[in-house]
Amino acid sequence: MTRTRVTLEVNGVGREAWVAPSDLLVDVLHDGLGLGEVRYGCGEGVCGTCTVLLDGEPVSACLTLAVQAEGHAVTTLSALTGEGGSLHPLQEAFLRLGGSQCGFCTPGVILTAYALARRERAPSRAEIRYELVGNLCRCTGYTKILDAIESYLADGAP
Amino acid sequence: MSDTLTPPETVTAMRVVGRRVAHHDFVDKVRGSLHYAADWQLPGMLHARLVRSLVPSARIVSIDTKEALALPGVAAVLTGADVPRNSLVERASGGLGELLVPMPILAAERVRYVGEPVAVVAAVTQQVADEAAELVAVTYEELPGLFDMEAALEPGAPLVHDEGNVLVSWHIGRGDVAAALAAADVVVEGTYRTQHVEHAYLEPEAGVGWMAGDVVTVRASTQVIEHAAEIAEILDLPANKVRVIAAYMGGGFGGKEDMTVEPFVALLVWKTRRPVRMIWDRQESMLASTKRHPFRMRYRTAARRDGTILAQDIDLLGDAGAYPYLSARILFAGAALSCGPYRVPNVRVRARPVFTNNVPASAFRGFGAMQVTFGYESQMDRVAAALGMDPAELRRRNFLRQGDVIPTGETLDTAVAVGETLRRALGALGDRSEPSAPGRLVGRGFACNMQPYGRTIWFRDRAAAWLTLQADGSLLIRSGITDLGAGQAASLCQLASEVLGVPLGDISVYIGDTALTPPAGGTFATRQLYMSGNAVLSAARDLRARIDPVAADLLGCPAGDLRYEDGLVRGPGSGGISLAELARACDAQAVDLSCLSTWRADSGTFDPATGQGASFPDYTYGTHAAEVEVDPETGEVRVLRYVASHDVGRAINPMRVEGQIQGGAMQGLGYALTEEIVLEQGLTASSLFSSYFIPTALDMPDIEVEIVESGEGKGPLNARGIGEPPVGPVAPAVASAIADATGCRPARLPMTAERILALLDEAGAHSQGAGHPPA
Repeated sequence: MTRTRVTLEVNGVGREAWVAPSDLLVDVLHDGLGLGEVRYGCGEGVCGTCTVLLDGEPVSACLTLAVQAEGHAVTTLSALTGEGGSLHPLQEAFLRLGGSQCGFCTPGVILTAYALARRERAPSRAEIRYELVGNLCRCTGYTKILDAIESYLADGAP
Repeated sequence: MSDTLTPPETVTAMRVVGRRVAHHDFVDKVRGSLHYAADWQLPGMLHARLVRSLVPSARIVSIDTKEALALPGVAAVLTGADVPRNSLVERASGGLGELLVPMPILAAERVRYVGEPVAVVAAVTQQVADEAAELVAVTYEELPGLFDMEAALEPGAPLVHDEGNVLVSWHIGRGDVAAALAAADVVVEGTYRTQHVEHAYLEPEAGVGWMAGDVVTVRASTQVIEHAAEIAEILDLPANKVRVIAAYMGGGFGGKEDMTVEPFVALLVWKTRRPVRMIWDRQESMLASTKRHPFRMRYRTAARRDGTILAQDIDLLGDAGAYPYLSARILFAGAALSCGPYRVPNVRVRARPVFTNNVPASAFRGFGAMQVTFGYESQMDRVAAALGMDPAELRRRNFLRQGDVIPTGETLDTAVAVGETLRRALGALGDRSEPSAPGRLVGRGFACNMQPYGRTIWFRDRAAAWLTLQADGSLLIRSGITDLGAGQAASLCQLASEVLGVPLGDISVYIGDTALTPPAGGTFATRQLYMSGNAVLSAARDLRARIDPVAADLLGCPAGDLRYEDGLVRGPGSGGISLAELARACDAQAVDLSCLSTWRADSGTFDPATGQGASFPDYTYGTHAAEVEVDPETGEVRVLRYVASHDVGRAINPMRVEGQIQGGAMQGLGYALTEEIVLEQGLTASSLFSSYFIPTALDMPDIEVEIVESGEGKGPLNARGIGEPPVGPVAPAVASAIADATGCRPARLPMTAERILALLDEAGAHSQGAGHPPA
């Protein structure tokens, strides 16, 4: 199969990858570039486990071709972790308030919440719920996820 | 929820246990750095794809693999003929009478459900493997199919297996049901139906295998590493030549209790001698993975005018699908728990899993004991209505108490705090909401349950744990436990820290490896806190017994005065020594700091002929209360408020207990209202998340949790298991609320808008806008 070289800006760093036109961004990020936090969950853009930010907006990497991401800034959860592995305040809130159980949905949920917090300073709990509709969680029942996001927002979304 | 922070007096205050700590794997999870089963790559790794049956019932005429093999990049195309021992026989009842029906790894002669594995492909990329799988040509001669569990009982019904359609017929009984029915003031009859449900863990089934020397090694998303023995059997290898490693799971809920990818990965690794990765795609997972059993439940409940339940006469039927899996044990659990947390002196229960050509059903959070909750709680509400009695009062009059005898003839030997959970759940529901629009109907309901924790007793359960205090005072825990995401491993750290005083940050826990961790049994049946928690507690106490004399000597005080905390051992005075100093002193005195301990549960036997005997170690009780709003124009049900209360004996980590209860209740809400794998002639119409509706953040309210700590339970430090219990009460609580709102009681799940509308139409109730059920 014909492969082309693309340069993806992932978490602020230019990364080169040889991809087929049909290669999905989720596979290139997970298998090709070693970003394990971008996870295949359903392949139909419903569950949100492959959520990444494309120029700051959440998208499903399973519905995005790798070639489409060229020229856009791709952000994955790794970008939130600070130097020496220190947690971002949003990650801290998830840890402290039990927003993560099996953890499989967590990167997508956190990125969606992060994007919301950058856009809206004081969304209501109902608005957070609406924003999270594209990120399924089968473990937590969402209550503690919402608590964590609200707590982060209440702290001024640092 | 503030009550969770102030345990009742029966529960002694502790330093680490009882705290809302987050540590260990949860740190990796919020970072996104935890390596799940699919996050594993090895040089030269192949990618695998299964070829699955497209028909529900057929003879395989031929399988042509030539074209697939000719595709460049294909390393192997295997069929049943390539499997050394292409047959597994499940003995889920433990030899108590189920049919012994072999299940092929790759179907060679017959297929019995849509999605059954027929061949498996490995290739250099996933795309090539997928393409090759499409090129495997299977010719089928279709046979009559059986798709209805009641039809499976008809004379002349097609046989799914030559051995018969009824896998096992359980009977549990005591007393004289006929006499009790005749003497009763009221007898209420009801039939209830539940549906196929998908686990829908966000992480699809996945695993990577490789040869390590001559050992077939599989690292998979599995609840049960002990399947290594079955893999060895399939490959005709000695058990020491197969190693299974469990990755932290992205959810399991029972769906990773049976093998998923493991036998196929192992077979490909064994044949190709190359690393192999297999990931089921979501459609495949929803098509072919095991499901929750649909139950048909017939109840006849007899009561006296004063509300005393006199008898239950119950017939349970479960759709096992095409192969046995764990159906025999699941229907046993259904039978054993079919009366719920009530005293019933006269009981007759029959429970039968039957084969059909539907997708196989097996373990799913609640394991048979949750389906019957919808049966017995609906009956309790209807008995209350028939007697004109408050449904809470009816329950209070019949609740089991410690010392009571249950239908299997066993005596309950720990506290039954179900009444307290009822009080807390109803109390927390607060004032009744006003309808959001004219014509809408608001209603309230509740349901109580009991759910076993621990394996069926006759399996003589045991779990081992291995603790090593290191020279620097840090601690290693090794346990064969697998972690579904509920903090199974993290809880072990909390327990060890409580006894040994090692700070949580200085404890590492290694889990789920048949080669390197001591056997703990799988993570299922709400057994791991109970089993491995007790094993770790026992190992930690054994270790203490060894090091106490050394510490007492160093500190010049009796061993009974020692306190282990914050990485130090302190005597009654102000001084203390670090665990590192103590470890060095122990080493100098040849005191061994590595301790392996096996904890055994009670054992006993069950007699299937009399329907009496030992069943489960103990139970977790609870009550859920719901408030719903029904739109009689559309049938739509909106859950406005939801409270869940359970007695967990002692909350090891209240945050995790709440998380289990909230997540379980949410799964229950999906089960109650929206989730159903719709099968038409064995073909699923719901193989995508866009056609199978698990609750989103938008659909349901917050789950309010009321934790009760009775201080009694058989787990470590008197804890009870909480993994499965919260899923059962939801459907009957919601049904009860719908009945309160509309006067119509649903008897079939899920309670979709269409079904509620049909129910209202039938009753003619929607035009009247009745707010309360007729007495």
